[in-house]
Amino acid sequence: MRNWTFVSVLIVVAFATFFGTRLVGNSYAFFAGYVVLQYIVLATAWNILGGYTGYVNFGTAAFFALGAYSTVVLHKTVPELPLPLMIAVGGIVSGAVGIGTGYLTLRLRGTFFSIATLAMAVVMQTLVTNWSFVGGARGVYVIRPDESPIFDGDYIEYLFLVMLALSVIAVAVARAIEHSRLGYGFAAIRDDELAAEASGVPTLRLKLIATALSGGFMGMAGAPLPYYVTYLDPSSGFSLTYAVNTIAMPLIGGTSMWLGPVLGAVLLGTLQQAATVTISSALSLLIVGVLLVVFVIAAPKGIIGWFRR
Amino acid sequence: MSDPILTVSGLGKRFGGFVALADIELQVERGERLGLIGPNGSGKSTLVNCLCGTLRNETGSVAFDGRKLDGLPAYRRIRLGMARSFQLPRPFASLTLAENLRVPILYATGGQGRGMAVERRCESLLEMVSLAEKAQKLPGDLTQIEMRKLELARAMASEPRLLIADEAMAGLSPGEVDDILALLIRLNEQGVTIIMIEHIMRAVLAFSQRLVVLVAGRKIADGDPQDVVRQPDVVEAYLGS
Repeated sequence: MRNWTFVSVLIVVAFATFFGTRLVGNSYAFFAGYVVLQYIVLATAWNILGGYTGYVNFGTAAFFALGAYSTVVLHKTVPELPLPLMIAVGGIVSGAVGIGTGYLTLRLRGTFFSIATLAMAVVMQTLVTNWSFVGGARGVYVIRPDESPIFDGDYIEYLFLVMLALSVIAVAVARAIEHSRLGYGFAAIRDDELAAEASGVPTLRLKLIATALSGGFMGMAGAPLPYYVTYLDPSSGFSLTYAVNTIAMPLIGGTSMWLGPVLGAVLLGTLQQAATVTISSALSLLIVGVLLVVFVIAAPKGIIGWFRR
Repeated sequence: MSDPILTVSGLGKRFGGFVALADIELQVERGERLGLIGPNGSGKSTLVNCLCGTLRNETGSVAFDGRKLDGLPAYRRIRLGMARSFQLPRPFASLTLAENLRVPILYATGGQGRGMAVERRCESLLEMVSLAEKAQKLPGDLTQIEMRKLELARAMASEPRLLIADEAMAGLSPGEVDDILALLIRLNEQGVTIIMIEHIMRAVLAFSQRLVVLVAGRKIADGDPQDVVRQPDVVEAYLGS
């Protein structure tokens, strides 16, 4: 399928999702759906670096929270800025941090890179915890507007729609990369970096592009968070849960193509939301754990892997 | 005679206190078939790595086609027209054979030719090494010799003017060695300068127009293959005194 056909189909699906959720007639559906969509963006972003390029990032929470905190800063300085612009800023900030971390850590391979990203998350959290302008350790309140600015409805519907648009963009970009020159370069790096370099692939530059894209989308996913939660503190923004979920979703869905993270996010995200309401919120992490174990044993290549070869 | 395609002067490389290469002087003429031999650990692969930019040499310099390469990363050197195959094949394991070749075609040949042209180039390269019918297979399904052929095809995909074949025949049967040998000679006839690094003397002698011998990081011989293999210090390096 051509890229533009694919994007049109995505947009149709997105609108169907939005109006379908409206039909439910309960604003909780939007609250729950927002989280699932947010994970589609996060998992897709993670997969650009982790699945396509082969670098496992444990620092999702840092990129995500940086996006959220950049919105906090903008909310306090230029509160009239529309949300999409705040998201763009969040993406740029996290993308830039992605390039920076990439430049410092991409000489490290495998586990060492992963540990470095985890350390980066701890450093970022410590910095934000000690920055009183954004609330420091005690956190910050962000008042959510009542009404959606562009259509007649609750603000949560607007947040949902924004996140929906973001997932369409993220998925479209991920799919476009797959069979592009960039995608083949990423795959070559994942399989054998030395051979990639010997085939003319500028490995460092491509890895920086991957971290920038991946980090940028994570930041964009985090940017609307302050308006969603209305109270943000470092320990919830930088929560390890984001990192764990974001790794688990592509692994469960399959890392080899764009559909994997989407499937994983929809499956795991929905299960977690359902468990949170019906049983207990603590159970949602247990679900991740159990599912991961099941998939590692039964389907190491994820759901996609079942249907291929 | 025109300028040499490759000029190495005073090249030296050490790993900590160990001198892997010292004062290597080497010139390779356009269209030449050069054999490079030496006992294990004599620095052959280190020399290849220094030429291709995988390792940085501490002293001396490498010039390719009259252009100094010092400090250029490996991927830039490939784009200038200098390709290598690895001693142990290093295919991209999750990509099909056709996609394996697609990577250097997309990245090393200046990006010219998209879509169908790339497709056709993959096909003709696979045909050259008689792997065309396996284009959609993964490298994991290949035999040892097919893997070597893929390695050479991938090196050729970057349209090099100089090909460095690092032990492309190690571990192959005599018939398979002849196969690869014929392939390399065919490439040379098409105008590609080739440096062949090899332990199999029969192949080296059949292939090389000139032979260079490395021992313990130093060049001890350079000249006509038949003369070089009779040189006393070369015999000593291989057979002991």
